[in-house]
Amino acid sequence: MHLLQVDHVVRKFGGLTAVNDVSLHLDDQELVALIGPNGAGKTTLFNLLTGMIPVTSGKIVLNKNSQSYDLTKESATKIADLGLSRTFQNIRLFKDLTVMDNVLTAMTNKYHEGFMTAILRLPNFYQTECEMRVAAEKLLAIFNLTANANTLAKNLPYGTQRRLEIVRALATRPQILFLDEPAAGMNPEETADLTQLIKYIQTEFKITVLLIEHDMSLVMNLAQRIYVLDQGQILATGTPEEIKVNPKVIEAYLGEGDE
Amino acid sequence: MQTVLQQIINALSLGSIYALLALGYSMVYGIIKLINFAHGDIYMLGAFAAYYVISLWHFNFITALLTAMVVGAVSGVVIEYFAYRPLRKSPRIAVLITAIGVSFLLENGMSYLVGSNARSFPQVIEQVNYNLGGVLISNIQILILVTALILMVLLQLIIKKTKMGRAMRAVSVDPEAAELVGVNVNHTISFTFALGSALAGAAGILIGMYYNQIDPLMGMTPGIKAFVAAVLGGIGSVPGASLGGFLIGILETFFQSIGLSAYKDAVVYLVLIVILLFLPAGIFGKNTEEKV
Amino acid sequence: MKANLKYILSWLAVMVLGFALIDVLILGGVIDTFIENMLVTIGINIILATGLNLIIGFSGQFSLGHAGFMAIGAYATAIITQYWSTELGFIISLFVGMALAAIIAAIIGTATFIRLKGDYLAIATLGAAEIIRNVINNLKITGGSSGMFNIPQLCSWPTVYVLVCITTVVLLNFIRSRDGRAIKAVREDEIAASAMGINTTKWKLAAFVLGGVTAAIAGSLHASYLQTIAPSDFGIMESISILVIVVLGGVGSMTGTFLAATVLGVLDTVLQNFGSLRMVIYAIALILIMIFKPSGLLGNWEFSFKNLFARFTKKKEARS
Repeated sequence: MHLLQVDHVVRKFGGLTAVNDVSLHLDDQELVALIGPNGAGKTTLFNLLTGMIPVTSGKIVLNKNSQSYDLTKESATKIADLGLSRTFQNIRLFKDLTVMDNVLTAMTNKYHEGFMTAILRLPNFYQTECEMRVAAEKLLAIFNLTANANTLAKNLPYGTQRRLEIVRALATRPQILFLDEPAAGMNPEETADLTQLIKYIQTEFKITVLLIEHDMSLVMNLAQRIYVLDQGQILATGTPEEIKVNPKVIEAYLGEGDE
Repeated sequence: MQTVLQQIINALSLGSIYALLALGYSMVYGIIKLINFAHGDIYMLGAFAAYYVISLWHFNFITALLTAMVVGAVSGVVIEYFAYRPLRKSPRIAVLITAIGVSFLLENGMSYLVGSNARSFPQVIEQVNYNLGGVLISNIQILILVTALILMVLLQLIIKKTKMGRAMRAVSVDPEAAELVGVNVNHTISFTFALGSALAGAAGILIGMYYNQIDPLMGMTPGIKAFVAAVLGGIGSVPGASLGGFLIGILETFFQSIGLSAYKDAVVYLVLIVILLFLPAGIFGKNTEEKV
Repeated sequence: MKANLKYILSWLAVMVLGFALIDVLILGGVIDTFIENMLVTIGINIILATGLNLIIGFSGQFSLGHAGFMAIGAYATAIITQYWSTELGFIISLFVGMALAAIIAAIIGTATFIRLKGDYLAIATLGAAEIIRNVINNLKITGGSSGMFNIPQLCSWPTVYVLVCITTVVLLNFIRSRDGRAIKAVREDEIAASAMGINTTKWKLAAFVLGGVTAAIAGSLHASYLQTIAPSDFGIMESISILVIVVLGGVGSMTGTFLAATVLGVLDTVLQNFGSLRMVIYAIALILIMIFKPSGLLGNWEFSFKNLFARFTKKKEARS
């Protein structure tokens, strides 16, 4: 049984079918890439998988701890609670909160303080806060953000904001991490660092990663499997080596050649 | 049957006044996303302008109406220029508080200048009641309804057919893009305030004729109800605001006529909430979902 | 832990000193009944405005119906203490008002938060508060539109002072906890918050209910201190004047709310001498402050002993 099983998912916006009969699966501790030309429906697919928008038809099932959860009609909140976390292509940090608070906020559901404990500042409150901060600091250190802990998120440089998005998603302790163009706007050096980092967190936290990316060096270095999406449909799937030589993929990316 | 018809006539004349007010709210909101709390007070200014020109200089209905509209338009433009324009780039809630301040200023300034007592509105046209098979219609009711309808049609024509109307629509969709293609945003916003405030001024003289009474605080409650009407119809939409105005007028008159007048406000707000829950952007409003 | 104790003790000292100061000034005759009234009004406005600031400034939901919850507390106290004119009766009425406000806030919130945002939410909450007022206006037990008179005075300035301290501590501790962070996340970005597993409706509701409960406390104090209430005291204008305090002080700054409530309270008292010009001056002041300081007096700056101490230590380090 696969960790995440997606069957015949369709999403229509009015007359436009953005995602058309997509089936895919993710296994435990896999690193999978989702690629495709602009407008292929990659982000829409992410939104469907994380419950941001409802599917028109199809089925999404999560199998973990020898239990099955039907995610098809669940809310984004519930899906996040079940261990599917994500970043956003257009960066959606909590801009007016500090870097530390961004990370702590993502831990909301994993720690319980209790209303009265917080109001009366009982010893338990300080203990929980302390545990949360230690956990957050650990994550920030991995992403080299410790020095920025008290900076407001909106004041960070673009590339750093992208890294913070990943930290925040990790702070929810996900089982599956969805990364929407994590390297967008980064220079080659930063991209190389990020590639290492993604590999590291995937093994360190034993999670499954599905990432959308246009940077082929990153995709080919990282992904164990690749799905190619074109015009809302899965065009091809396979290992990076297979995808590189797949004529259908080349055609979709380069357009129909006349030769 | 007769009472029903009678109530419909009453509801339509009251509703048409709310509609005129709601239009101004809707236009201003549509273009700068501001709940212009001072709008109800512009209607009060219009009523007072009409009061003075009629009682001092014996203006007739048409000239008094035009005076009220001009006074309304000028005060709208002046208020926008001094109070709202400096805050164009500020948080919206700051502009809202400024609008509340302007409203306080107009209400209390007028109370200070002319006294806070209610005064009776001079009869600009002698009231004649027509009895149509038991249904009483006064010429004033007809005049209110006809004037309001003519103004609404004119407004719709201005918005749909003129260059300024096109600029208004463009600015309300995207002020920056409108500026890029050569629309003078400041002029357009001033024009919108002039237009909306002129309608409020007209509503002021009409309500004076309807209730025969005006006072400096008269704009408060109808102002809020008209905003409710604009929200109900779908803010930013001209037909929506008219429909919302008539709807509020009809609801109020209906609950008054079945003896629940003490609860008429509660019912109006309850209907508002229920409609918003089913149509979160009002009846004619476009519901835009945030993109992920 | 030890550092936290230092901040807690500092705050405690401020509260006790404030109390002692007012007490001494009253004994010394510096504060007469007139000024005492002003202080109580300021206190009640602080409770109202900090609660509304939680809703608007921290959870980011625009409510225009705060006076409705104040009315619930005021009428609970007026009705109960009429029959039970003791301190215990007042305390019970306080809790009844809070409970009623919590229930009604939960109902209003559940109905509106799921679907409405921004100005539409503001109008819906305004409508809900008007419905509450309209019902009170038509009930026999509340005395209808003429209101209630001769409510026994069971609270004095120390009651108000203590309750200002309690509600402020509760609100601030709430904001600076896990729950407070969740609420701020909802304000910042609802979509991102829900992707982090934060149930946006639940947290908006929590802020709304807590804000409503504090407004009920303020209402109880208002009724018991002034001894006369009427439905017209709790209309749209009251909701708006609470909003004015919040925005004037700075949306999202509780320190600002304290400052604005105090400034407006003093301004109001000073302007009493101007008779009918009072409201005109008030209106002009409001417009000018907004034009020249659109983010309010303090923006979202917050006073904290932590930062103050940190600054001291920095200065010391610089010197040595």
